[in-house]
Amino acid sequence: MNAPTYNFAYLDEQTKRMIRRAILKAVAIPGYQVPFASREMPMPYGWGTGGVQVTASILGPDDVLKVIDQGSDDTTNAVSIRKFFIRTAGVRTTTSTQAATVIQTRHRIPEAALGENQILVYQVPIPEPLRFLEPRETETRRMHALAEYGLMHVKLYEDIARHGHIATTYAYPVKVDGRYVMDPSPTPKFDNPKMDNCAALQVFGAGREKRIYAIPPHTAVHSLDFDDHPFERYRLDGSCALCGATDSFLDEVITDDRGSRMFVCSDTDYCDTRRARSHAAEAKEPAHD
Amino acid sequence: MYVAAKGGEKAIENAHRLLAHERRGDPSVPELSLEQITEQLTLAVDRVMCEGSLYDRELAALAIKQARGDLIEAIFLLRAFRATLPRFGGSEPIDTGAMAVRRRISAAFKDLPGGQVLGATFDYTHRLLEATSDSESAQEPARAPSVGAMPRLTDLLGADGLIEGSPQANADGRIGDLTHDPLNFPADRDLRLQNLARGDEGFLLALGYSTQRGYGRTHPFAGEIRHGEVEVEFTPEELGFPVPLGRITVTECQMINQFGGSGAQSPRFTRGYGLTFGHCERKAMAIALVDRALRARELAEEIKAPAQDEEFVLSHSDNVQATGFVEHLKLPHYVDFQAELGLLRRLRSEFERDARAPSLPEAAE
Repeated sequence: MNAPTYNFAYLDEQTKRMIRRAILKAVAIPGYQVPFASREMPMPYGWGTGGVQVTASILGPDDVLKVIDQGSDDTTNAVSIRKFFIRTAGVRTTTSTQAATVIQTRHRIPEAALGENQILVYQVPIPEPLRFLEPRETETRRMHALAEYGLMHVKLYEDIARHGHIATTYAYPVKVDGRYVMDPSPTPKFDNPKMDNCAALQVFGAGREKRIYAIPPHTAVHSLDFDDHPFERYRLDGSCALCGATDSFLDEVITDDRGSRMFVCSDTDYCDTRRARSHAAEAKEPAHD
Repeated sequence: MYVAAKGGEKAIENAHRLLAHERRGDPSVPELSLEQITEQLTLAVDRVMCEGSLYDRELAALAIKQARGDLIEAIFLLRAFRATLPRFGGSEPIDTGAMAVRRRISAAFKDLPGGQVLGATFDYTHRLLEATSDSESAQEPARAPSVGAMPRLTDLLGADGLIEGSPQANADGRIGDLTHDPLNFPADRDLRLQNLARGDEGFLLALGYSTQRGYGRTHPFAGEIRHGEVEVEFTPEELGFPVPLGRITVTECQMINQFGGSGAQSPRFTRGYGLTFGHCERKAMAIALVDRALRARELAEEIKAPAQDEEFVLSHSDNVQATGFVEHLKLPHYVDFQAELGLLRRLRSEFERDARAPSLPEAAE
């Protein structure tokens, strides 16, 4: 039997070069979906194969990798992807947003601001923001080519007419660099403003749909809206039960069967860092008699 | 006290251990060997090789065993391994006309050169569960009389111009490979047939069936189905002539469909074509039906049924993609759900507030 052997970070170098070319093209045309020859990865489609391929292609032996899902380093799929890179690339990993050079994420953007030495890699299920308005790829590619985005505005308008609000709460469409309408992946729209003028490179990988797109550092990212219905950043009015943060996106946790609930930071590193800092501050304070 | 969903790492390890345990089953029952799978579950091996697009019976058997008999999972294992293999080139087109035939039937003619060879088939068995083991009931198989050449029926019809020619590959044109280039639409025949050969048997079966029930009807006849071994040849650049690499088993189905033709061309039958690794007859037939339905654009037929819609069919045929995306719904979606929950609560409170308030004239049309 042919005993399988694998390259650094799983993918062979030719495949990595092909993906890097796609990433370079994506960086050159912000928000444009670049088709790429996505490979079959040893994890299922829809579980981060696009992000994993991007990460595998950009990862070097000196990188420090952080993987999050739902904002947390400890959710099962984040654990699984992190272990994959530990096993195939042997790179150092971290849960610290600050310490990471590459952060692969599903559904969240870290609360802490990212720096220019960092790359944020998004896992994308459906890269096409127009897909649910027009199922055909041939049609949506034409619409992007002609910047024909009226349909999207009609959809947002219909939301307002029906509900009084834009009823898109995650995967909220944005316009990148004033040209391409882009799907930010299913992050809550609370995270949208973090994409705007971000110092880090943001790369989006969709494995099953075979698309890569990117937002270069310091690029304008505008969430679609209307003059009389400006974009609203939704955040539950409350504070984290663990660290007291009033500015983070909160997960709701049902604590018993009598309707009790508590709210905690979805970004576990943010929460841990805040708690560590407040412990440190308490320890430093001189004891009062 | 709230305990965050910590311990994912430990939970995964434990789940994997449990999986290995359950895969083995009762330890007092002998473990399955790969030889048992390759020898006695041959059709499962064939399906996994075909949809896994890797011709290796032993690895397919390993995948089936590792997947506990879940064939889609086995296909996935094989595909993930295949994706890492180096490519050194494309083979010469195989010649199914020169096949060492094990089975060959035509539903279009009672007899034809080379004859009808039933081979090993379930076709005329009575589907009665029988408890006797194969070793008790096994008899020496009958030897097929050696037949001479077995030309393909479509070649015989083609000689009279009754059927359209088989499209010839452009000699210096590159054959598309959707595992190395993203699929774009419109897709040509090479990519279509590659996609269908890798596609899910059940999906293609249902689509082929739908064309028979009127959703994109093509009036098919099973012109010929043949199954057997063909030689694979490869032309190394440094030699410049083809050398044989070995033999593979394939199943080929040529559907003959209702007429095409135009002002410039005399009426003739059209073709639908299906080819699979191993013995995947049902699938080869389904591919041929769907291939023909998908030629609607090329043959200027009206496109109104799902099986004729190339984007619909080719985008959804792959079971590794489909199962991944369907099953990804098991992954946490806490933050998106939270965002939806927030909006829903807001809408509900506004609804209740409006219901309590005295009725106002409609604000908007």
